[in-house]
Amino acid sequence: MADQTLNAQGLNCPLPILRAKKALKGMSAGQILEVQATDPGSVADFAAFCNQTGNELLASTTEGDLYKFEIKKK
Amino acid sequence: MLDTGQLDNAKSMSIIVTKGTLDWAYPPFILGTTAAAMDVEVTMFFTFYGLVLLKKDLDLGFSTLGNAAMEMPMMGGHMKMPNMVSMLPGAGAMAGKMMKNLMAKKGVASIEELREAAIESDVRMIACQMTLDLFEYSKDDMIDGIELGGAATYMETALKSDINLFI
Repeated sequence: MADQTLNAQGLNCPLPILRAKKALKGMSAGQILEVQATDPGSVADFAAFCNQTGNELLASTTEGDLYKFEIKKK
Repeated sequence: MLDTGQLDNAKSMSIIVTKGTLDWAYPPFILGTTAAAMDVEVTMFFTFYGLVLLKKDLDLGFSTLGNAAMEMPMMGGHMKMPNMVSMLPGAGAMAGKMMKNLMAKKGVASIEELREAAIESDVRMIACQMTLDLFEYSKDDMIDGIELGGAATYMETALKSDINLFI
């Protein structure tokens, strides 16, 4: 279960990433952020973001037009 | 904000920003803010027409003139914006307004929003002193928190950066 949920639906690149970064900044290590997005580009972008920053992408799922990401803060 | 845990292998990027129209303002601000979000140290150097992007009052427009590849989505299709359109009175203002409406509708950030994000994430922004003098701006016309510098200031940063872009 996520510690915090970020609704990034309707936002386009790079806003979901910027908002996620901001949300993660306010969380502590080990906590999980769930991001909900509708930007199809966010699938590749959240993978790249997590690769680079060391935050762990626990899950990346698609439900119709909704993309959900679970990120564990480093 | 730079994550201190990553300081040992922190990456860095510099961008020379030379264009100040609405369309050309996006690439440097999108890349700058995203890089900062990915723990990259970012420096943006605003020179010539790019300098206006640091003004307190942003009033960005763009021209269809010379944008030969530009097509706007319209009534289910795409409409070419021929150079001739740019000669009609008020065409520039109308095109700018249309573009801003389209961007808001598609959830694309405004330049104001991206610039705010750049400030929040400690992107270093340098205004070219020579351009300020040339176009008769003062530092008071520009947002707070910026530095003034010249080519040598940029070079010192660029020589140490992993990525250097000219936009």
